[in-house]
Amino acid sequence: MLWAVATIVFVGIRLVPGDPALAILGGPGSQASAEALAAVRAEYGLDQPVLVQYGAFLGRLVTGDFGESYVLRRPVADVIGAQIGATLALAAASLVVAWAIAIGLALVSTGRSRWARSIGGGIETVAAALPQFWLASILVIVFATGLGWLPAVADGTPAGVVLPVLTLAIPVAGFLAQIMRESMLDALAAPFSLAARSRGESETGLRLRHALRHAAVPGVELSAWAFGYLVSGAVVVETMFAMPGLGRTLLQAVTLRDVPLVTAVVLVVALAYLVVTFLADVAATLIDPRRRDAETGDRPAPTPRAEVAA
Amino acid sequence: MTALRLPTARETRRRADLLSRLPLVLAAVFAVLLAVAAVAPGILAPGSPTAIDPAQAFAPPSTEHVFGTDESGRDVYTRIVHGAGPSLLIGVAATAIGLGLGTLLGLLAGLGGRVADYAVGRTVEVLFALPGLLLALLVIVLVGPGPVPATIAVGLSSAPGYARLVRGQVIGIRATGYVEAARVLGHGRTRILARTIVPNTARQLLVLATLGIGQAIVWASTLSFLGLGTEPPAPEWGAMLNAGRTYLQVAWWMTVFPGLAIVGTILAATVLGRALERRAGGLR
Repeated sequence: MLWAVATIVFVGIRLVPGDPALAILGGPGSQASAEALAAVRAEYGLDQPVLVQYGAFLGRLVTGDFGESYVLRRPVADVIGAQIGATLALAAASLVVAWAIAIGLALVSTGRSRWARSIGGGIETVAAALPQFWLASILVIVFATGLGWLPAVADGTPAGVVLPVLTLAIPVAGFLAQIMRESMLDALAAPFSLAARSRGESETGLRLRHALRHAAVPGVELSAWAFGYLVSGAVVVETMFAMPGLGRTLLQAVTLRDVPLVTAVVLVVALAYLVVTFLADVAATLIDPRRRDAETGDRPAPTPRAEVAA
Repeated sequence: MTALRLPTARETRRRADLLSRLPLVLAAVFAVLLAVAAVAPGILAPGSPTAIDPAQAFAPPSTEHVFGTDESGRDVYTRIVHGAGPSLLIGVAATAIGLGLGTLLGLLAGLGGRVADYAVGRTVEVLFALPGLLLALLVIVLVGPGPVPATIAVGLSSAPGYARLVRGQVIGIRATGYVEAARVLGHGRTRILARTIVPNTARQLLVLATLGIGQAIVWASTLSFLGLGTEPPAPEWGAMLNAGRTYLQVAWWMTVFPGLAIVGTILAATVLGRALERRAGGLR
């Protein structure tokens, strides 16, 4: 898998119109001399045949050597190593908060009252539709500029993290709640719910003790997708709140067309995504014992419907 | 004195109907407004979206400027209305690219035999490992920023989703009786493809594309917001939000209203897409 991602990235880089050596020297505006270009080509191995370059590219990746950033003039691995912790922590915290909100929403929107269902369902739809960059601005306007409760930028204090985490968590919570509601409604109509009711289980107890577990499975499977969404959302959120992290680094690298850095970030995120997908699979199996015996086929993880298209 | 009257059963039902139809009605109204704004923005906002008036800079919402003005005194309402066209165009074009490419890949995988299926399947899987914006950012770094690259980037990143759906549909349809019937009738491969398989996937694709347009608009505006798509002062919603970000502390209206336009568009797309889905008899 990673090999395939790496190959696509490599082919992509080679397809770029323009001379990479020129890009390293600062783009077409830099008026680099022919000697300087030749020196850069030799330094980065750009004068070798494409297949040799491809082999060298893969070889370096295996040893964790992503090359040197064109712009920062530092090994890419160092840059990523310094930034990745903050982003993973942000994504993890947001996922936890998203789960908490989603469980609450799913419980409300599968409630007995018609109004609770409509309003809960409406909140889910709206939450899932909110673009992160706008949500971030609105949260800043309300809680930082308006009420003055929280800082508008991540200033390193615990309070500074609240708005970034909420920005990332709310849309994900909307998606999670939608998918959990569906399987929760299925569960509430299932024979085991009838059995629980006839044992005298209360409606709340039924939801908390039986239906929630049932609903958690697709939610957990969706979490792998959610993680990817959170990491790409980190690009927006880290930029908005001036936080250090991989997302902001990636945006800067994209803006400056720093190809080695972008390549490496993309590969690292793909790796992280694969790991999280695996973890989500394991977690889903732990929650739902039926899956242990079931054959583990090529079943695609569920994605929210809007996202299947996007 | 009026007697207390309980609503009749019929009235209750009608009220319930209204409650459940309300989102659909609102979505339809919003969609019509959007269409008008996209085709003939002058009807809804006669002014120029780029006319500057420095004396009126940062005017808060008032009767003269309902949504306020921006840093150069341009009317935010006019810009939102005129921004509908570019914003929708990017969303629709990106969806068309994703849909076209995805359908092609999906048909190839579903009809082209085991090798093609394997190759497409793996490619789609690999692309899925590059979540969300990441693939789009990769395209931008390779092609460079701008509205056209942003559209292509968003379109490409949505293609794997469509490809997966089409492949599933095609495999499902191939197993049905009518494809076999067409074959028994002696119809050629192309004819079966064009007359039997494609029309049967079209309905689900339409549903998905409706839902997808909203998402494509969000992504395209995110790219503009990050400064990688359309650039100000062109009236495009993401670019307007990008400009508004600088003045978040002084001019909230520059951020709130263009964002509401985006959110309204996604919600309208979602609600209409779901209604279509119900009429199509369920997506799954």
